[in-house]
Amino acid sequence: MTTQRSGGEAGWWARNQRRVIPYLFIAPNMIVFTVFVFVPIVFSFYMSLNEWSLIGDPIFIGLGNYVDLAQDADFWTAFLNTLVYTVGTVPTSMALGLAVAVGLNRKLPGRALLRSIYFVPVIISLVATALIASWMFNDNYGVVNNALAALGLGSVPWLSSPRWAMPSLIITTLWIRLGFNMVVYLAALQSIPTELYDAARVDGATGRRRFLHITWPLLRPTTFLLLILNVIYSLHVFDLIYVMTGGGPGFSTTVLVQYIYQQAFQESQMGYASAIGVVLYLMLLIFTVFQWWFTRQSENVQ
Amino acid sequence: MSRVTTALQGDKKGRRRRMSGGDVAVLGLLIAGALVMIFPLYWMLATAVRPRKELFNGDFDLLPSQLVWSNFSEAWGKLPFTQSYINSLAIAIIAVVVTVFINLLCGYTFAKYKFWGRDVLFLLLISTLMIPIQVIMVPEFLIVSKLGWVNTYWGVLVPRAAEAFGIFMVRQFMVSIPDELIEAARLDGAGEFTIFRKVVLPLSWPVIAVLTIFTFMWRWNDFAWPLVVLQDRASYTVPLGLSLMKGQYYTDWTGLMSMSLVSIVPILLVFIFFQRYFIQGIASTGMK
Repeated sequence: MTTQRSGGEAGWWARNQRRVIPYLFIAPNMIVFTVFVFVPIVFSFYMSLNEWSLIGDPIFIGLGNYVDLAQDADFWTAFLNTLVYTVGTVPTSMALGLAVAVGLNRKLPGRALLRSIYFVPVIISLVATALIASWMFNDNYGVVNNALAALGLGSVPWLSSPRWAMPSLIITTLWIRLGFNMVVYLAALQSIPTELYDAARVDGATGRRRFLHITWPLLRPTTFLLLILNVIYSLHVFDLIYVMTGGGPGFSTTVLVQYIYQQAFQESQMGYASAIGVVLYLMLLIFTVFQWWFTRQSENVQ
Repeated sequence: MSRVTTALQGDKKGRRRRMSGGDVAVLGLLIAGALVMIFPLYWMLATAVRPRKELFNGDFDLLPSQLVWSNFSEAWGKLPFTQSYINSLAIAIIAVVVTVFINLLCGYTFAKYKFWGRDVLFLLLISTLMIPIQVIMVPEFLIVSKLGWVNTYWGVLVPRAAEAFGIFMVRQFMVSIPDELIEAARLDGAGEFTIFRKVVLPLSWPVIAVLTIFTFMWRWNDFAWPLVVLQDRASYTVPLGLSLMKGQYYTDWTGLMSMSLVSIVPILLVFIFFQRYFIQGIASTGMK
């Protein structure tokens, strides 16, 4: 790219280099994205209008898959599970992350070490985390039930009952995600000028009032960003559930991405799986647009 | 990003200040929380090294009665873990080289060139962060199998080589490189790629480090996509091998915890040595 070429070609290159170079530079990325992301997205939209079991040719059935989806009790259970998991994990892990960040924002001894400890779960593979959690929540020999027994409390069928499997997953997710939210909040907290607090202190504002009237409003952009990221993570959850419960017992922890995987790779219902994918995609799109609109509204108010 | 680091590093002067009652209470709570956070990791270690029969006595003992290090070698020998580690390392290392190079080039272009369609393309790239991989897994798998990449390293790493998040990080960083430096090199007659290599890259070590570490972590921890592409046991990565150890009816928890522990050691070491880059990388997502 940098060498001079001879003859008329060099003339063309010299004249157009600045215009062509950017496209050359982004080409490797764009090729990968096109082949492995954009084409599959378009393909899955099209495939959702077909019936196809990998063998033979796809049969075009229009909106048939979507009609089936609307009447599929399992789909609605997965849809509901996804909502429960999202609502159970997002506000809670954000609140915990914020609480720890506010604490670690004080000048305390050993806070660098504490921050690292809270952060470590973020880097550990979800498979390893899921295995540790499966062992800790084990019905008969898990440390959680052993501890409950030592306290004289009855044991809880964490992973073997439809009632407790989802709470177990949510607790595990809080452990994973707290550190992520904490670090992002901490960075935002540390960018707030201390003069603001000093001035408030002079005016006699209490700690709670300082938090409500200075910290919380200034953290709003960070909160919005984290809300989007956390919702995306929760809707994407796969590894953890796949390893910890496999979507069970029964159907109690099957979320939408799990259901897509099952339909595609276990039932070979490619069209049907694609249709669930499209629904999930639309859910994310609606959420993002709503979020964006809501942010604009609240910015206009200020 | 450097501002974030300095802000995140503890204030040394603060340590000599006397702590107020409120500080002591907060510190106590934070330490209690940290113990809860660290406990699962401790429990993995404690399970891995204690005698097998101690797992099933139903008692709540936090300390192993003795340390049985042979648990590790025994579990290692049961499954082809050596091969899984070779696969995981090869995939992670090749992916780091490919991803870091093409994402740097791409992020730089989005940051420093004006070209037709730039903003639309960038938005398109970033919007893919929203899409769960399961939504596109089926067609993606069909493409990979058409290319003959099932059960290969390429099948795992090429489709993930262009990381939208990586491009975003690089762009955010490189926007702050002064245009004058690039213009000056251009006036000296340097070619565009030479400018990237000799002027831009030497200024970009912080983002290169963050991207390298994150790519390594992503590929080392990957599960869903390798699960689809790697079907032959010899091609399994470490997380796939681990998930295979968890049986439906019987699970060897000693072996499973020891192998889980070994599997997180590489990433834990990277974290201990390059901690600030992890924290920077995460914090920078919230900075813009």
